[in-house]
Amino acid sequence: MGKEILTGVYFMQGDIACAEGALAAGCKFFGGYPITPASEIAERMAERLPQVGGVYIQMEDELASIAAVVGSSWTGAKSMTATSGPGISLMQENIGYAVATETPCVLINVQRGGPSTGIPSIHLQGDIIQARRGSHGEYKIIALAPASAQEMFDFTIDAFNLAEKYRTAVFVLADAFVGHTREEVIIPEPEEIYRVQRKLPEAGSSEGKIRGFLDEDIAPMPIFGHGFKTHVTGSCHNDFGQRNVIDAEALDYYIKRLNNKISKRAHEIISVSQDMDGKEVALISYGSCYRAAREALNILEDEGMRQVGSFRLITVWPFPRVQIQELARKVKSIIVLENNLGQITPYVEAAAGGQAEVIFLPPRVLGTLHDPHAIVDKVKEVIP
Amino acid sequence: MIEIDEDLCKGCEICVAFCAKDVLEMSDKFNKKGVHPPLVVREEDCNLCGNCMLYCPDLAIVVAEEEESG
Amino acid sequence: MKLVHPLMKYVRPGAISTATCAGCGDGIMAQAVLRAIDELELNIDDFVFVSGIGCAGWIPSPFFNADTLHTTHGRPIAFASGVKLARPDRKVVVISGDGDLAAIGGNHLIHAARRNIGMTVICANNGIYGMTGGQVAPTTPLGLKTTTTPYGNVERAFDLCALVEAAGASYVARWTTYHARGLTRSVKKALTKRGFSFIEVLSQCPVQYGRRTGVGNAVAMMKGYKENSLSVKKAASLNEEELKNKIIVGELVDKDSPELTEEIEKVRRIHE
Ligand SMILES: Cc1ncc(C[n+]2csc(CCOP(=O)(O)OP(=O)(O)O)c2C)c(N)n1
Ligand code: SF4
Ligand code: SF4
Ligand code: SF4
Ligand SMILES: [Mg+2]
Repeated sequence: MGKEILTGVYFMQGDIACAEGALAAGCKFFGGYPITPASEIAERMAERLPQVGGVYIQMEDELASIAAVVGSSWTGAKSMTATSGPGISLMQENIGYAVATETPCVLINVQRGGPSTGIPSIHLQGDIIQARRGSHGEYKIIALAPASAQEMFDFTIDAFNLAEKYRTAVFVLADAFVGHTREEVIIPEPEEIYRVQRKLPEAGSSEGKIRGFLDEDIAPMPIFGHGFKTHVTGSCHNDFGQRNVIDAEALDYYIKRLNNKISKRAHEIISVSQDMDGKEVALISYGSCYRAAREALNILEDEGMRQVGSFRLITVWPFPRVQIQELARKVKSIIVLENNLGQITPYVEAAAGGQAEVIFLPPRVLGTLHDPHAIVDKVKEVIP
Repeated sequence: MIEIDEDLCKGCEICVAFCAKDVLEMSDKFNKKGVHPPLVVREEDCNLCGNCMLYCPDLAIVVAEEEESG
Repeated sequence: MKLVHPLMKYVRPGAISTATCAGCGDGIMAQAVLRAIDELELNIDDFVFVSGIGCAGWIPSPFFNADTLHTTHGRPIAFASGVKLARPDRKVVVISGDGDLAAIGGNHLIHAARRNIGMTVICANNGIYGMTGGQVAPTTPLGLKTTTTPYGNVERAFDLCALVEAAGASYVARWTTYHARGLTRSVKKALTKRGFSFIEVLSQCPVQYGRRTGVGNAVAMMKGYKENSLSVKKAASLNEEELKNKIIVGELVDKDSPELTEEIEKVRRIHE
């Protein structure tokens, strides 16, 4: 048997680090379909999963990939897929199914230039809102945005842990830049890796009596093959998984329970990193844009401008509304860095509620990293 | 012997139509679903072929050999 | 003495009264599947039943008292593939409609057959979209007036068994609800067959097909199946003209070829 965790220091591509993170988290199933710039994840999993007793399958399309991932997760296996925007677009219906049936699974979106086929190898943060609301109906999602090859490893583990803990679909919103960058990646010792395992019903739980769904405190998952006689459906259902496609009351309960499960715990899920104590201007960023934000801050610091700090979203979803509300009370201006036409900016504006000025700053050319000097110039416009 | 669970019956008449021995007939009464369940009218003609049971889409009919008494 | 239906023990408590219309062939299919499991003396807890969206998707869900995955429209085979790959020891059975498996889900059907993955797919072919109100399906006969072919269907119907055979399935059979005994025999065969098995069942939809198209009620439709069907053996001696509008019933394919999860296991063993 090969090793699940390749402890050591490597010079590694982001996509490969992602695959290694998945294996370190205990992933045993990958269902996917090749697409630039995510194919390297599939290729690595195809090589590595058989070594650790797992299964890799290349399905006929992305609709099938996510379906297979959900099916496999119901047998208890930690399961994932990795794709890019076009693949995520095809997966949407079954992403909603995963959320509705409370199926732990991890979806890696190595974002590329869109809409449509766009440019496969150029990075864009074009699918941020799609991740939030791409499937139909009313639901919540969790999404993490890595900024480096190391974070492709770390955040993929986090994504599995969140998926297992909250019994839901979790996105890693990478992009072609972090997916293809080659950097130092440190893989820790196995005992240093924190792994969460989904809760299961107690063995011998009597059939038909298992409340396996819709618990705001996260129901134990009555996985297949243990005699639980579980009924899983993406149709409206109750705590026992029984379908009800007649009553609006049942729908109301189903929607609110599923949504509350995440929103009531948003404070535990949301992760931001900030150094905003005593600062006047915030650079809000996520994913690869964080790299430009850091560089801009270094330049500003060298120039003696210490009134500017970074506020980084590690989880883009759930959106850190309360944290940004607090931030807006403390600072004069917020500059939002995104490699798109402003996808989270309206959320920042809404959270800021007029307490601080909100300025959206894309890179001069979409699909490239921000020029740190352009960020510095924008800061200087705000604090002359 | 044949037993019909009248309340499971949906009144489709398949059992009546496919009994070669004309053992069953639709009744006039209504069940809980508001349909007419069949009635066993000529049980003595039944050859226990099991067709009615096999074809009932709602598991409403059971056919079994009479248990020997004693 | 009160008789208890011998298959009731496989029915989920609370789901005993099915949701189908009176005379729907899907109930006959449900019974044939449960009878096959009973006659083989298999443990229903070793199964995972997977279905899609449509009336036929409700054959196992929630009726069968076992692990059941009621999925999205067209995708049950893809979900089932994930189940089988992760737990090859499970008996995985997909039961769904013709629209679900052959229109929206057609690609998954042919690829599952090509992979020869160890699962049984049972297609309730009523020649129509039942659940959504009698629209045309890829299995609807040429010329039939449906709610979306008001001038008559101008498309040819799919021969699902030929499709799946060409894609490489290990076992293929076709029956109708009239042939419930043959169907039960085939389900038993399919459940014990290594590789991908496919059974097409012509199943009457007396409401959206029978009533709307004037073909008649459930009894008339089943009599139609009886009159228009021929055994595989009989059909072999007839020409194309003589076979027109006939339903060929029986086993069409029964062969041995490598099964997907076993092949994957071989690859894994290299690394042990
Ligand atoms: C993606 C998607 N498209 C369309 C539908 C609507 N829809 C539900 S069932 C169905 C057709 C069912 O036909 P079939 O699979 O033949 O099953 P039947 O009801 O005839 O048994 C359709 C089109 C859906 N639920 N999802
Ligand atoms: S068992 Fe056969 S003969 Fe007897 S009632 Fe049923 S169909 Fe008729
Ligand atoms: S076949 Fe079953 S449902 Fe139909 S009439 Fe007979 S008993 Fe009733
Ligand atoms: S609409 Fe047709 S297929 Fe659907 S339950 Fe009714 S009779 Fe059966
Ligand atoms: Mg149909």
